[in-house]
Amino acid sequence: MGGYEFDLWVFMLAAFLGFQLIRGVSPLLHTPLMSLTNAISAIAVVGAILLTGEKDATRLTQILGFSAVFLAVLNVVSGYLITDRMLKMFKKREPEKR
Amino acid sequence: MKLDDTILPILYMLAAMSFILAIKWMNSPATARRGVVIGEIGMLLAVVGTLLRFEVVNYQWILVAFFLGTAFGIPIAYIMPMTAVPQRTAFSHACGALASALIGTAEYYKQFSQGPHMNNVEMTALIIETLLGFLTFTASMMAFGKLQEVKWIPQRPITYRGQNFVNLGIFAAAAGIGLALIVAPGQTTLFPIFTALALIFGVLLIIPIGGADMPTVIALLNSYAGLSASAMGFVLNNKMLIVAGALDGSSGFILSIIMCRAMNRSFTNVLFGAFGQLQTSSGKAEAKPIHSASSEEAAQILDSARTVVVIPGYGMAVAQAQHKLREMFDILTKRGVNLEFAIHPVAGRMPGHMNVLLAEADVPYDKLREMEDINPEMAMADVALIIGANDVVNPDAETNPHSPIAGMPIIQAYKARTVMVIKRSMNPGFAGIDNPLYYRDNTLMLFGDAKSFLSSIVKELGALAKV
Repeated sequence: MGGYEFDLWVFMLAAFLGFQLIRGVSPLLHTPLMSLTNAISAIAVVGAILLTGEKDATRLTQILGFSAVFLAVLNVVSGYLITDRMLKMFKKREPEKR
Repeated sequence: MKLDDTILPILYMLAAMSFILAIKWMNSPATARRGVVIGEIGMLLAVVGTLLRFEVVNYQWILVAFFLGTAFGIPIAYIMPMTAVPQRTAFSHACGALASALIGTAEYYKQFSQGPHMNNVEMTALIIETLLGFLTFTASMMAFGKLQEVKWIPQRPITYRGQNFVNLGIFAAAAGIGLALIVAPGQTTLFPIFTALALIFGVLLIIPIGGADMPTVIALLNSYAGLSASAMGFVLNNKMLIVAGALDGSSGFILSIIMCRAMNRSFTNVLFGAFGQLQTSSGKAEAKPIHSASSEEAAQILDSARTVVVIPGYGMAVAQAQHKLREMFDILTKRGVNLEFAIHPVAGRMPGHMNVLLAEADVPYDKLREMEDINPEMAMADVALIIGANDVVNPDAETNPHSPIAGMPIIQAYKARTVMVIKRSMNPGFAGIDNPLYYRDNTLMLFGDAKSFLSSIVKELGALAKV
């Protein structure tokens, strides 16, 4: 007891925080937002690392863990890079120089 | 040993804080890039913190996977054209969901070879994690296939009698077996069946969904992938995972609500309604008269206007017309015409897609206006120029209660003094719904490919400028 209750509280508060934050995001940036949150949720890499790096991991655990690390890192790298690539394109028009 | 209880939890907490800040800074284009940097820092802290943990002793496979993930990730991020961003997003939802499903699977089997056995709470979280993970994986791959227009995946929604019954039955079976596994985790033969059912359900979920609903579905899958990661946090007792997953989950959820509202449809309707089928309309539409115009006439009208509102749709992106559009924007702006872009929330194939495409073509983002924001000004516009959009400007949504899109908020192009529509032909659009806007007296149809039509308008405008 206690442990999961605490976890549920954390989840509930984080979800509400998420709702509030996302509501503040301009529709202009919804696409980069989605690729950013996607990269963030690739934090699952943490779980994958723990599995793969364990001392007496079975062959099955290693294979599954290895695939999961690969997939998560793929998301982290491509997610952050493409988000930045998109955001770089959003520019205001510079004041006319003449 | 000591590091694990002292510094590492702090690193995780800092990482969670960075993710929260990253999303907060996405609220404006001015701070958004800073958000990406802080998000990267958070990820780095979390990964380093994990690699330093005492349980992690074997590094070789982790490093190989890091290397491979980076080697494939960099080209994906840089080569991917902006029109293909929805596909990439669907694909990365698939990767993220599969990763967390695989971790869940490994955790499930690990308890029998290494122990300790999981309690009910952990098993519940694990079942949620793997169920959402596997179904999101196949559903996202299907969405990817539809968006990429892979040949053997039909674009049009496929429906059959009793479809919802079959789908719900399979989901109920998966959930039932999941429940059995929670009660008695030792039934290892059930786990593969559970996995298979979840995978099948994911495929069936997307089969009846049409292209017009893709923005909602992508957002929803985003939410599932996040929730799956969050459930993993419960299994592993890791608060940072719970927070990051919850942020992703709520983000996808809100976006899908926004998309649903923008189409005046409910979740259940999107998931089970099979929208976008061809209406059984007769050919009577063709009998109505239309007015068409040449690029020369169009250029003159644009040139003499004071305010022009461009309403782009996915058709613009398909024709790759955004760069020509920006050329036209430049010329008209120089000649004193106020030109703005009205973006419907569901324009494009994912939330915000149209903004990215126009930003890529160098259209300044302060000229991109939201629907609610620009509608009150539409009556003042001299010209509404519609490019590759159809349903989002269909007045039937407001006036005809029997229309399939009745009640959907639209950009009120019909209020403008002159409406111009660049369109290939009179074929109905993506959702197969006829548009009465095209038959109005103040509507001019500009027939042709969006890109070549715009370039001839640009040419005409150039000629006008010389006179």
